[in-house]
Amino acid sequence: MKVELEVNRQKQTVEVEPRTSLLDCLRDALLLTGAHAGCEHGVCGACTVLIDGVAMRSCLMFAVQADGYAITTIEGLSPGPGELSPLQDAFCETHGMQCGYCTPAMILTAHALLSKNPQPTREEIVEAISGNICRCTGYAQIVEAIALAAERMRGQNEPARR
Amino acid sequence: MKPAPFEYSRPADIDEACALLVADDGARLIAGGQTLVPLMAMRLARPSRLIDIARILGLAYVREVDATPSAVRPRESGDPGAPVEPVERAALDSRLRGNERGRGFDSNGASIAIGATTRQHVVENDPLIRAKLPLLAKVMPYVGHGATRARGTVGGSLANGDPAAEIVLVAATLGATLTWRDGGKSSEIAAADFFIGPMVTALPLTACLAEARFPVWPERRVGVGFHEVNARQSDFAFVAAAAQVALDANGCCTRAAIGIGAAAAVPLRLDKVAMDLQGKRFEQAKVGEAVTAALAKVETLADLHASADYRRRVAATLAVRAIADAFAAAARRA
Repeated sequence: MKVELEVNRQKQTVEVEPRTSLLDCLRDALLLTGAHAGCEHGVCGACTVLIDGVAMRSCLMFAVQADGYAITTIEGLSPGPGELSPLQDAFCETHGMQCGYCTPAMILTAHALLSKNPQPTREEIVEAISGNICRCTGYAQIVEAIALAAERMRGQNEPARR
Repeated sequence: MKPAPFEYSRPADIDEACALLVADDGARLIAGGQTLVPLMAMRLARPSRLIDIARILGLAYVREVDATPSAVRPRESGDPGAPVEPVERAALDSRLRGNERGRGFDSNGASIAIGATTRQHVVENDPLIRAKLPLLAKVMPYVGHGATRARGTVGGSLANGDPAAEIVLVAATLGATLTWRDGGKSSEIAAADFFIGPMVTALPLTACLAEARFPVWPERRVGVGFHEVNARQSDFAFVAAAAQVALDANGCCTRAAIGIGAAAAVPLRLDKVAMDLQGKRFEQAKVGEAVTAALAKVETLADLHASADYRRRVAATLAVRAIADAFAAAARRA
């Protein structure tokens, strides 16, 4: 089937079998390999992408269901070539990753949280990423990274101090 | 690519969806797919066709409806003139049911109608639900994870009929009424008659669930409680208990609804316990005895994670906690 997808603000037409998950479509047809295949049945969260700005599992959605939505993958998050978003920066600074497999999904989930709640409590951060499994870090630095990014992003719109 | 091959259709309305179901024995409806797609990935489900109803107009809504009889109540979708026939109570094995069966509560007719394809996160954040259906609002954060609630639907959870599902438990506890469309015909059924066994419901194979109507309690002092035990946060519950009580000015119970989920093949309603609470204040020991007695003869489920006796014991404990919370929450309301 032919499907027209809007991924990272670009319209693309792909030819997929109905059983192709959005995840497989992003990775194999569009070569956006930042969305990771983990369990492929909705448990691990590694495949999380943003659908109209909301974090969802791309393995639990078929590509043929995804037309008409604005899909954002980790590749679409950076403000420009060679630049990182405040969340990506914060993850680097606080070492919010080890192997990195869960990281794109963690960042996108955090991005969805911060776009709705710019000043989350620690509990709200933990709740938000509770559907994303990380087997390396023990989560402490991931939570720290999200809190740091939140603080910086809140500061971005303050008038410059003289 | 893990699922077996299937065809994909996206009908424009319920009638077309029903026609597709009639035409293909192996077809299944999909809206959120947060349960169905994992089953397909594990090939526990192999539908020959997926009929995507998620974008059918007028199937996603939350609204208050008054006491007007449902037969003449205007509907957002479908044929307003379609006759609504009450479904006869199916002859069901009473063992599946547990010891008590719940009917709908009198709510002076007022209820909240939720369209079948309403996303779970919409219900979770809806101010009307928070104000009028505190028990449903209370359980929503326990339904899957944020990322699955963003896509999963209320109707999908009900139609799936998992006894461990929180929305299923609330529907049974409050005595919700479910409406389905089968071809041109609309039918209504009480939640108590809808859930038949684990993942087995009274929904005909060719029908599409359209709406769930939850009764609203008009009393001013209403409180709710909910507890569940699971292996990890937002995983399937081993046991869940929900309670909603209304108190008079003196703190005495005027009515109560108590439900147990995940413990047996279908959600249970402890109506005798609820009746006995009427006119009384909360007394932990007495409530504990009543709940334990009510659960004594229930056939509880057993699996790798929790034995039948564990489920029975924990169900009683959680029920008492949920009832205590509901009394306390109601007492805080002026």
